[in-house]
Amino acid sequence: MSTADTPQTWDEFMEGVWRQNPVFVMVLGMCPTLAVTVSAINAISMGLATLFVLVCSCGLVSLMRRFTPKEVRIAVYIVIIATFVTAVDYAIQAISLALYEALGAFIQLIVVNCIILGRAEAHAAKNAPMPAMINAAGMGVGFTIGLLALGVVREILGAGTLFGVALFGAGFQPWVIMVLPPGGFFVLGAWLLLFSWWARRRPLKEAAQNV
Amino acid sequence: MNEPSSTEKKLIPISVVALDIALPESPTGAMIRTLGLVSAICGLIIVGAYQGTYDAVAANKRIAAERAVFRVLPKAKTIAEFFAQPGGGIAKVGAGDTAIPPGAVKFFAAYDDAGKLAGIAAEGVGKGYADNVRIMFGYQPDCQCVVGIGVVAMRETPGIGDKIITDKDFLANFTALDLRLKADLSMLANEVKAVKHGSKTAAWQIDAIAGATITSRAVGKAINDSAQALLPRLLPHLEKLKTS
Amino acid sequence: MSESAFQIFVNALLANNFVLAMFLGLCPFLGVSGKLDTAFPMGVATTFVMLVASLCAYGLNLLLTAFHLEFLRLISYIVIIASAVQLVEMVLKKYSPALFRALGIYLPLITTNCAVLGVALFQTAREYDFVQSVTFSIGGGAGFTLALVLMASVRERLTLSNVPDLAQGTALSLMLAGILSLSFMGFAGLGG
Repeated sequence: MSTADTPQTWDEFMEGVWRQNPVFVMVLGMCPTLAVTVSAINAISMGLATLFVLVCSCGLVSLMRRFTPKEVRIAVYIVIIATFVTAVDYAIQAISLALYEALGAFIQLIVVNCIILGRAEAHAAKNAPMPAMINAAGMGVGFTIGLLALGVVREILGAGTLFGVALFGAGFQPWVIMVLPPGGFFVLGAWLLLFSWWARRRPLKEAAQNV
Repeated sequence: MNEPSSTEKKLIPISVVALDIALPESPTGAMIRTLGLVSAICGLIIVGAYQGTYDAVAANKRIAAERAVFRVLPKAKTIAEFFAQPGGGIAKVGAGDTAIPPGAVKFFAAYDDAGKLAGIAAEGVGKGYADNVRIMFGYQPDCQCVVGIGVVAMRETPGIGDKIITDKDFLANFTALDLRLKADLSMLANEVKAVKHGSKTAAWQIDAIAGATITSRAVGKAINDSAQALLPRLLPHLEKLKTS
Repeated sequence: MSESAFQIFVNALLANNFVLAMFLGLCPFLGVSGKLDTAFPMGVATTFVMLVASLCAYGLNLLLTAFHLEFLRLISYIVIIASAVQLVEMVLKKYSPALFRALGIYLPLITTNCAVLGVALFQTAREYDFVQSVTFSIGGGAGFTLALVLMASVRERLTLSNVPDLAQGTALSLMLAGILSLSFMGFAGLGG
């Protein structure tokens, strides 16, 4: 297991990053996706926090999979996830209180992010620790990319900055609506439109090439 | 509690976790063993994380509090945290019995280089447009007035309500906002209040930002309520705070 | 921090609507809002669980604070919510089978509804007392139900209209939610 050949590992990883992207394809974990993406830096921190919880929980769930009776499995998963979320919660407080306040209750709400419980139940519980963690890492990276895509658009349009650096001159009038709740819905909706357009175009293109 | 059971034929739009009925039950001992083991591991991780980050978190919180106080009292160099007891009197936070009684008002005493009292900072909350607006204000006992404010937390509309941080004319209200008490020190002599833009006439009034009156009013109410609760209890004991 | 119960209720219901302003409980909001007659029971069930969770969390928080165990807050909240859901399920099954049949399928899903954990976390963060906590949870639940019912009504109408293929599904729902959210912003300042 430890010597999994690279293409397969890569495939496992890319599964979550691209084909099963949790934000754009599966539309899971919407609450933090929309709530914290008012700026790129918030988005990336939230993504990394989720990534950490996802990888650690899936690793532990996978280690415990042989000793976990099915009746209590959900309870076991939830306790494991809540543990790592608590750890992340304290870690973020130790790194930056300003960031902690910007993310607010949504750090603790990582517990109920359906992506994590979904991964634990669907993948980690059936696989060895290594593949489980690689798969989880892929999902986490995919989630981070999704958050970043939203955060970047909302910050540029809503505040005229990117990672806090002003992009436009003083003449730029920010689209305040983008950093307010409705903007989150609109931007994610627009991204989903873009993706479904892209997904629809590709088969047509391939078909055209094959003929 | 009895709803008509006409709702039985429902479409189930999301897939529900399948119940594995056919499989045999696991022994109770195994369940308890696993749950116990998981709880033990998780307990270790949580306590480890808490202990490991405790110092860093405490340091961060102290720095954040200092920064907030220094912003409203520029002359301050060190701070100490106190609370005013409900019945009057003040005590230092963390000294002796640590429990802070309900109804107590927390505040910071700030000292300058020479260890002399540079001012007092306290937090206040007022209902703004979207949510509560939490502010911190700096108070000078010499002039009995507010000498600066800073925003601790708010969710006001960007570009409108958040002018209370940036608008120079609005902030000019808080260079000497009158917070004098009545002669018997029982309550504020004048209620601090935000008035419509351009109609400020007295030193205890706040000239509201045009277009953000509700947020301005929240700031006024926050200062008023907090000062009303704190100052009558604090001023009789001011001598205790004079030096650090 | 002395908001009146009425203010808290109105705020949680409209101005700071859980779904449309605070982004809590979006998964069921997008998943179950397809039909009006599933949306309403789901809302009611969630409200009920939120109330139970709020009560449990209030008691638990007193206990944790008394023993200075704040770092166990999150893990004990989620465990107590999961148990509360299970308990509600069992009690309903025994004493009101009709209601259980109506709501039963939704109950397991509510455990991972972040609006429920959100209620518990927010009431702790804002240091609400008992009455405030109860009104907050009922207001939040009613707000959730309101958003769900509004959304379902709009989507039922949409099934009859001609929507471009590309926009069908989640993308369209999100745009709709954005418009609803925009209109709910008009309620801001109401609870003042």
